[in-house]
Amino acid sequence: MSILHTVNKSPFQKADLSSCLAHANAGDAVLLIEDGVYGAIAGTDAAKDIATADPSIYVLGGDLAARGIAGDKVADGITVIEYDGFVDLVTEHKAVNSWL
Amino acid sequence: MKFGVVVNEGPYTHQASDSAYQFTKAALAKGHEVTRVFFYHDGVNNGTRLTVPPQDDRNIQQRWTALQKEHGLDLVLCIAAAQRRGILDENEAKRQGKDADNVAEGFRISGLGQLIETGIQSDRLVTFGD
Amino acid sequence: MSDETIKKFLYMNRKAPYGTIYALEALEVVLIGAAFDQDVSLAFLDDGVFQLTEGQNTDGIGVKNFSPAFRALGDYDVNKLYVEKESLEARGLAESDLMELVWEDEDDDWAEKPSIKIVSRDELKAIMGDQDVIMSF
Repeated sequence: MSILHTVNKSPFQKADLSSCLAHANAGDAVLLIEDGVYGAIAGTDAAKDIATADPSIYVLGGDLAARGIAGDKVADGITVIEYDGFVDLVTEHKAVNSWL
Repeated sequence: MKFGVVVNEGPYTHQASDSAYQFTKAALAKGHEVTRVFFYHDGVNNGTRLTVPPQDDRNIQQRWTALQKEHGLDLVLCIAAAQRRGILDENEAKRQGKDADNVAEGFRISGLGQLIETGIQSDRLVTFGD
Repeated sequence: MSDETIKKFLYMNRKAPYGTIYALEALEVVLIGAAFDQDVSLAFLDDGVFQLTEGQNTDGIGVKNFSPAFRALGDYDVNKLYVEKESLEARGLAESDLMELVWEDEDDDWAEKPSIKIVSRDELKAIMGDQDVIMSF
C-alpha cells in the first residue's frame, strides 16, 4: 500500500527532502509544498536526488508561483499540481507522511 | 472520503495554517468531508480572537471561523497545548482562576483524545507543521 | 474508548528533545493515545534518535527532564519503538547509548522484553509503508 509524503522545507536548508526520499518506496508519491518547492528547481543537487528517486514527485504550483519560480525552472519528471490535485493525491494513497 | 486535518503551527510565523486552510477548502470543494481540524503545538494560537493583523493581508483566525460557519467544521484546540500557551475559553478561564478568556468563535477546546479519534474515524489524516 | 476499528498508527519522531517542544508533546499524544487500543508503533529516525539517550540531566537548563516518561510506555502496551540504525550511526551513537525500555509480555509469563528495536533503513521503510495513520510533529 502506497504512501503520500509531503516535504515543506528547502533542501538547501534542511535534510527533510533527502531523508524523505531515502525512506520512500516505489509506488509512493512525494509532494513538495511551501518552502519545499525549491527542491523542484532543475539543475541542483536536490534535482539529482529527485531524478533517481523511486516515487513519483509532485510540486504545488501555488507555492512555486508565490516564490517566483516559473514552470520552465521545474526539473523534468516533476508534475506541477494545485490544491485540488493535492486532495486527489491524498485519496490515492493509503496514508500521508508529513516530513516536518 | 473523510479527511482529518492537523495544524501544528500558529498563524503567520509558519505557512502551515495557510496550507491547512487551502487544503481544507479544496477538500470541501471536491465534496469530501472534513471530520475535524485539530490544532496542536503552537497551532492552538490560531484560535485566539485577539489578533489584529494588518488589513491588507489575510486574517487567518477569521478565515478559519468563517470556514467553520460555512461548513459546520469541528475546529478543535488541544487543551494541554492551549493551557501551556495561554489560550483559554470561558470555562477554562473560570476553572483556572484567570481574569480573561480569548478563544475565537468557531473553535472549541478539547482533549488530545480527539486527535487520536480523528485518526481512527477519518479515511485520511493530513498534518501541516514546521 | 474505541470502537472495533484497529488501525496501525505510526508516530514519526525526527526531532531532538529540549531544543523544541515537539518531542515532549509527541510523547504526550502517544500516552493519551494508548487508551484507544490501536496498533501503535513509534519511529525514531534522524535527530529523533536523540530523544532516547540514557542519562539526560536537565538541572543545568531549568527544564523538566521528560525522558522518564518513555519508561511508562511499556505499561501502556506501547512496545514497538523502532530506532533507525543508520540515524544512530551517523550521530555516533550505539544501542548502548540509549535508555533501556522494557515491557512485560503477558503471553510469555510476564517476561521482560526490550521495547526498542534497532532496525535498518530498509526495514523502517517497510514498516512505514505498512501504516494506516502516520502522525508527525
